[in-house]
Amino acid sequence: MNAPGAAVTGGGAFTADEMMTACAARALRDGMTCFVGIGLPSVAANLARATHAPSLVLVYESGTIGAKPGRLPLSVGDGVLAETADAVVSVPEIFNYWLQAGRIDVGFLGAAQLDRFGNINTTVIGPSYAEPKVRLPGAGGAPEIAASCREVIVVLRQTPRSFVERVDFVTSVGFGEGPGHRERLGLTGAGPRKVITDLGILEPDPETCELTLTGVFPGVEVADVEARTGWDLAVSGSLDVLSSPSEAELTALRALQATIPAHERAA
Amino acid sequence: MAEIVSLADAVAAAVRDGDAVAMEGFTHLIPFAAGHEVIRQGRRDLTLIRMTPDVIYDQLIGAGCASKLIFSWGGNPGVGSLHRFRDAVENGWPGPLRLEEHSHAGMANRYAAGAAGVPFAVLRGYRGTGLEGLPGLDGRPSVRPITCPFTGETLTAVAALTPDVAVIHAQRADRLGNVQLWGITGVQKEAVLSARRAVVTVEEIVPELRPQPGAIVLPGWAVDYVAEVPGGAHPSYTAGYSQRDNDYYVAWDAISRERESFRRWLETDVFALAGTAGGVSEGDSGS
Repeated sequence: MNAPGAAVTGGGAFTADEMMTACAARALRDGMTCFVGIGLPSVAANLARATHAPSLVLVYESGTIGAKPGRLPLSVGDGVLAETADAVVSVPEIFNYWLQAGRIDVGFLGAAQLDRFGNINTTVIGPSYAEPKVRLPGAGGAPEIAASCREVIVVLRQTPRSFVERVDFVTSVGFGEGPGHRERLGLTGAGPRKVITDLGILEPDPETCELTLTGVFPGVEVADVEARTGWDLAVSGSLDVLSSPSEAELTALRALQATIPAHERAA
Repeated sequence: MAEIVSLADAVAAAVRDGDAVAMEGFTHLIPFAAGHEVIRQGRRDLTLIRMTPDVIYDQLIGAGCASKLIFSWGGNPGVGSLHRFRDAVENGWPGPLRLEEHSHAGMANRYAAGAAGVPFAVLRGYRGTGLEGLPGLDGRPSVRPITCPFTGETLTAVAALTPDVAVIHAQRADRLGNVQLWGITGVQKEAVLSARRAVVTVEEIVPELRPQPGAIVLPGWAVDYVAEVPGGAHPSYTAGYSQRDNDYYVAWDAISRERESFRRWLETDVFALAGTAGGVSEGDSGS
């Protein structure tokens, strides 16, 4: 990956993005069904399949179920996904029969903005929807992935601009306004289970639903995470220092990245 | 029964100023050549409908063909922003673009309702999001809560999409205009059946359609115009015929970033190609 500006942690042997990707891959268990978006989630899901989770079922919103790509796909509709899938179904079918009906264990989402309750904005930046400061791509499949997958993992780089007190627009609901809100809205999945960043892991507090720092990457201090969080960050009393990527993880990850041209790798 | 015509004749007959036009194809089979023909024929004031208004609608929006957009995700897949789309929304260039914004699940269900001839579809979705409060293009919401008449549960209703015309690209058609497509087929069947008129470009017209695993067949009597346009999905791809031109998507970022470089691209890669068979140039096929 070696994105420009990526901080190197743990003695220079791997980048913060590699650590983040390995961490996201570890969150997937073998045999799970996983709804995968392109970019970092797709890299992490394919890394999991190449290492500890060979029977992970990759589902892409293009309608490919059980895709087994031998290289990283460059879009959600990459031909390699259809060619290696157990089944290819239409877009209405993938959303209605497979996602909405509760057949997917885990959904992977990115975000432009995220708040303390794990609500996600990928629509507009600025106070006005009608006159946005920045127009983002929009919802895609995310609102229903956030609503209907049994659990959700969010992956994004942590900055004060991305970790905000209130999102400018709620594209996808995490825990809404707090405890009980998902139930009141009739959302069937449990919501965000982990938020994985380039500094560590946040998990929702079981009582308050507020995202709480539960793990940091090697060499990262709590103050570093606080400095890149736009709200008063809750920190777990039993903070983990997460283990560095293993040789096997790094080898598999770099082999996957090498399957696509450098200028087309997940940014 | 479908008429087999040239691409220029199909667009001239089926796409009119002010129409609501759905060009579908989910990463695969995107009808780019037809989109370029719409630009060449100078269509204006279109309401463009598409789940993923990626590079194809960036081109139509930048060329001034559209005044409205109904969509669920507007980005350059795997690359970044759509600069012409953003320039229209953020700065009103080349003209203002009004939006009606949904989720993928909502758009897919809206097409399915249109295809089924009912005024709305029901799904679990949108609850608690900012999308459920947004006005549609007519000023009224196109997303409303609805109570299940059997269980009393609150679900979400989304208004049917009924485009004036749907445009898709497919692998093959026979001489009667029966159309066959396979691989990732997205929402194209629903788009065609939801629309009043349908245009299909195909890689080739064959004497007889051979059965193909997983293929959809749209009977010729459900389609209005079929045009043979080899490579008509470029820079997207056609399973069994071509590979996705990933370099084009990367190159588009630089071409579309500035108005001037975009204008030059319109001249050299769209307008200069008037009258060519499918409107696909040699220089257009990057890899």
